[in-house]
Amino acid sequence: MSVHDGFLSVRSGQPANIITSIQEAFGMIVKIFDVLVAGLLLGGIYALIAVGLSLQYGVARVFNISHGEFIMLGAFATWILYTTAGINPLISLIICGPFVFLIGFFLHKTLFKSLLSSSPNMNVFEGKSMLACFGLLFIIQNIALLIWGADFKGYSYLNVGINFLGAVFAANRLVTLLAALAIGAVFYLFLAFTRMGKAIRAAAQDPKTAGLMGVNINQVLALCFGFGAVMAGFAGALISMCYPIQTTMGLEYTVIAIIVVALGGMGSIVGSFIGGFLLGLIGSIVTSIEPSLYLIVFYFIFSLLLLVRPKGILGR
Amino acid sequence: MDIAALKTKKNITTGVIMLAILILLAFVPLYAPGYPVILLSSILMYVILTVGWVMFSGPTGYISLAPAAFFGFGIYTTAIIGEAIPFAVVVLIGGAASFCLAMLVGALTLRLRGIYFAVFTFGLLMLIANSVNYYEIHFTGTRGRFVMVKGYDLIYFYMLGIFVLLMIAATVIKHSRYGLALISIGLEEEAAEHCGINVVMVKVMVFAISAFFMGAAGSVMATKWTYIDSGIAFYMLYSFMPVLMALFGGMGQLFGPVIGSAIFTYLEEVLITRFPEVYMLIFGIILVIAILYLPDGLVGLIQKLWKRFSERKHANT
Repeated sequence: MSVHDGFLSVRSGQPANIITSIQEAFGMIVKIFDVLVAGLLLGGIYALIAVGLSLQYGVARVFNISHGEFIMLGAFATWILYTTAGINPLISLIICGPFVFLIGFFLHKTLFKSLLSSSPNMNVFEGKSMLACFGLLFIIQNIALLIWGADFKGYSYLNVGINFLGAVFAANRLVTLLAALAIGAVFYLFLAFTRMGKAIRAAAQDPKTAGLMGVNINQVLALCFGFGAVMAGFAGALISMCYPIQTTMGLEYTVIAIIVVALGGMGSIVGSFIGGFLLGLIGSIVTSIEPSLYLIVFYFIFSLLLLVRPKGILGR
Repeated sequence: MDIAALKTKKNITTGVIMLAILILLAFVPLYAPGYPVILLSSILMYVILTVGWVMFSGPTGYISLAPAAFFGFGIYTTAIIGEAIPFAVVVLIGGAASFCLAMLVGALTLRLRGIYFAVFTFGLLMLIANSVNYYEIHFTGTRGRFVMVKGYDLIYFYMLGIFVLLMIAATVIKHSRYGLALISIGLEEEAAEHCGINVVMVKVMVFAISAFFMGAAGSVMATKWTYIDSGIAFYMLYSFMPVLMALFGGMGQLFGPVIGSAIFTYLEEVLITRFPEVYMLIFGIILVIAILYLPDGLVGLIQKLWKRFSERKHANT
């Protein structure tokens, strides 16, 4: 109706209506820009979650369904540190990291190592370890439920609006994006340039040969699982800055991680970041059109991807 | 007495025992009405889901997380067409709907192996659950549906019937050429293909047959709950529980999953009433322990102990 009016009035030459239609068009552009920025800000966290999962499955061959529970642990640890001791969430990243790492490291040293030695081949190990992760999921989630209950928790950190070319978002989201990018970059450099990184890459390519070349394979696999858990913990800490957290939040993020990994390809950090931003954009666009559809779209993309290209966009 | 005769004698004995148990089960509503019937119905539900799962996933090693999808299809069949048609037909249609879904899933997922199959079936379950939820809210305007009530005894007899048919089907498949084909697919799929097995056909058919029974069980159980929505019908745990129960009972023999799920359902019932807060925690711990220390399940453990015991007896004499 308004478009039609505008069209007529343009022809009859009324300048005031041209201005409104320009404003409308500009509003539209700002809205699209808003959606895109929101998607990119979301994508950083998605990417970080996916890097962890892709490390655990790509190298340690553990399809970690309980990945989201480590995210939840990181989120709650940050929340506790902030609300009780007033510690800045960015600093609690450094405090929580080692703890989550140790949990992951010893989980692999005990549980997954004995599964690895008792499995006749890799397929059996993958199946068994995935089921063991289901067990872990229930254990961690229910312990957390006993301690913290099922209510939503949250705190306010850097919750001030930033206006970036018309797109308005909270400052904490920008912080999460920058932190996610920084963590990803540091980890990429670690894999590319250190001796341990080389060992991890070798183990990812061929664990048996890497072992023969003098790589302490069990140590590397446990390290990888630990690093994967750290990534989840970091992501959890970042999530707690912008979103309300809950003890049952884990599975949702695990599913997102799996989709991103399916998008970006297993065992590729760059792929995880591309996949993360892609999914963030898709999620943000779908939410802006029809919010209740976004889970369906996620699962649909996921199923379709697995069917068409299970190796992912950048997969080997 | 030669080995063949010995074998038939053993088969006859197990057959007689089975029949006796079956007759005993059939008369439960007479001598123990009320709660035991309800409990046995839910035990039978999990037994059907688990045996159905083992039928396909046991020998092939494909971990399917789709049982909840098939079960939910059955439930929704009853909720949608339940009142108009005789109940037996509804159950058949519920099974057939799941059968068709499984055919479709099977045909789509043939290229996926290992972990991808498990992840895909899980994604599919979530996709179906969310789509149904979306459809109900946006097109029917309600979140859930009411299902007509049938008597607990009727539910029990239907479940018992499905269970018996499932056991017969599972035994027949296991001891037929298809059973051998499934095992060889599990060992080395490519080799199986080269031996002349129609890998695709065997996998899809057995997957679909197992789905039929899950769907039928779903459409019977729907009448027990009276109210269903997508969250209840496609509850994730209906996918995980069969896996856990099969692991717990042991997949080597067909009665392994039966025993595993029977014990587990009873345990669940006790835990839920006594320790509702920690029930899922205990569930997780049992899952991890079963994977770590019971590679052949409870039945495998008993068999191992029995073997050791009988060997000792022989050594002594």
